[in-house]
Amino acid sequence: MNFWILLAVNSITFGGLLFLLSAGFSLIFGLMRIPNLTHGSLFMLGAYVGATLIMGILSVQLDFWLAAVLSALVVAAFGALIERLLLRRLPGEPLAQVLVTLGISFMVADFCLMVWGGDPISVATPTHLVGFVRYGVAVFPLYRLAIIGIAAVVAVALWLLLERTRLGAMIRAGVDDPDMARVVGIRVSQIFTIVFGLGAALAGFAGIIGGPILSVYPGLDQDMLPLALVVVILGGTGSLLGSFVGSLIVGFLYNFGQALLPELAYFILFLPMLLVLVLRPQGLFGRQLP
Amino acid sequence: MSRGVLGLAGLAAAFLALVTLPLWLTQIYYVNVASQILFYAIFAFGVNLLLGYAGLVSLGHAGLFGIASYATAYLLAAGWGHPLSIIAALIIGLFSTAIFAALSLRTSGIGFIMITLALGEILWGLAYRWISVTNGDNGINVHTRPTPFGFSLTSAEAFYYVTFVVFLICAILVAIFVRSPLGAALRGTRDQPRRMTALGYHVWMIRFWACMFSGLLTCVAGILFVYYNQFISPQTLALTSSAEVVLMVISGGPATLLGPVVGSALVVIVKSVVSGYIARWNFLLGAIFVAIVILMPEGLVPGTVRLWKLGWRRATTRRPSVLKTGGPPA
Repeated sequence: MNFWILLAVNSITFGGLLFLLSAGFSLIFGLMRIPNLTHGSLFMLGAYVGATLIMGILSVQLDFWLAAVLSALVVAAFGALIERLLLRRLPGEPLAQVLVTLGISFMVADFCLMVWGGDPISVATPTHLVGFVRYGVAVFPLYRLAIIGIAAVVAVALWLLLERTRLGAMIRAGVDDPDMARVVGIRVSQIFTIVFGLGAALAGFAGIIGGPILSVYPGLDQDMLPLALVVVILGGTGSLLGSFVGSLIVGFLYNFGQALLPELAYFILFLPMLLVLVLRPQGLFGRQLP
Repeated sequence: MSRGVLGLAGLAAAFLALVTLPLWLTQIYYVNVASQILFYAIFAFGVNLLLGYAGLVSLGHAGLFGIASYATAYLLAAGWGHPLSIIAALIIGLFSTAIFAALSLRTSGIGFIMITLALGEILWGLAYRWISVTNGDNGINVHTRPTPFGFSLTSAEAFYYVTFVVFLICAILVAIFVRSPLGAALRGTRDQPRRMTALGYHVWMIRFWACMFSGLLTCVAGILFVYYNQFISPQTLALTSSAEVVLMVISGGPATLLGPVVGSALVVIVKSVVSGYIARWNFLLGAIFVAIVILMPEGLVPGTVRLWKLGWRRATTRRPSVLKTGGPPA
């Protein structure tokens, strides 16, 4: 019994991390109409930068949460730079933009390997979150509950941002019809940079707070990117609710798959994707792909 | 001299050079590089059919390539003979291609990239984790090469000639396909899918058959690859492999016959030369990718031709970018 509860908690935790990763991915896709193939690399970069800050550089060791916020900011700046310097040069050529993000993802992967080496780096769980909470017979790891809480808070904050603020209204206008949004005076190109930076920040943040669970290793980017893709294919692009539901589905399938059929865990993800593609190609909560 | 004669003379010279290659490239290392260029060119032909002629960029083709390689290696390890293993690998590869195509052709454009990427990564994950079949990270060894008509392929030269013959057959098949009515229809679906539908063409079916032909070429290349290396590991199916072959097509020039060959030569040579000096090929691969996409979006062959014409006649040709998603959405 305990095994199943723990597995379910792990699945929801992983789903929470995936949500942080794929919400930005999905927003960028919705707005700019490109799958940002650097997203896995941003996740890994955030994890590496955060891990370095926590372990200390120049004999200054940062608190876990401060390090997490800082690495999210670093990754956000990096993402905004990619958008400003490279993607901006290829307006109206989504295919070229995708290939550029692919090229950058290779460069980031190699850069990380060069700087941090090939050995996995484990990130220590923040000291005040080590331990378990008991509820009846079941025990819940505290840190995983914290991740679930953070993911929930971010989900609500993102929803409020998109639905209740002026910026959110402008983003939604850009997603629905970029040309018309320009006509009514929204600076869509500025929105592009903001959304790209926001998505990158979420990915980097997910990377470092996932560190104590997943650890940081070369190839982390290639492990996470397809999961984000599957989430978005399942949930539908540009939909926050879609990313949320998709992340939970993938989180459960992946964790239960790994526990029950470890050799085919990756393949099990394929089945819901197949079903969704056949029955509802635009995803569960998505509109028709542009 | 007219352009046609020049082109023919160039082709004849290239053919002669390739036939006599082991005679003037006496070092085995370079003969092996030439073999690699040729089978990667076959792979690039396959990807070019979709990328260039159909406007569908696949980032999952290394998965199909890997399926053919793994199937060959697995069946050989299981004690099957060479001819049977090769035929079975082709059948398995084509069957997988059919599934791959049926899923990914639900969409086109960006959606196609996403789905092929996800499928490719899932296949990579399978190769990596399905240890009881694929032997995981350790890969599978292939101990012998086949001996067609009693002709041993153990030496680099012999393997080169077989690869060359297969390459020629594939190149001729591709040339015929591209000039055929089906090839013309395929280009039609790339540029104007809606009009093609209105004209009564079955756009999906045309794309499907293009995928199947592309898959066939990919599998042939995969089988040559596994016999060349006599080893297969999950690394072959990684996203970098899919991206490398897309880079070959883009750098050489999509929707040209010669482009994939030039691109394959470029990537294989740069890779083997560079790996002698620096350990990290991926950084350079990414950088070349970004540079080519931004600076020479139509590819090296058409790009050079454009510059040549520009200097020769001072003609101002517009830069057509093949990377633009063709036409209105279907």
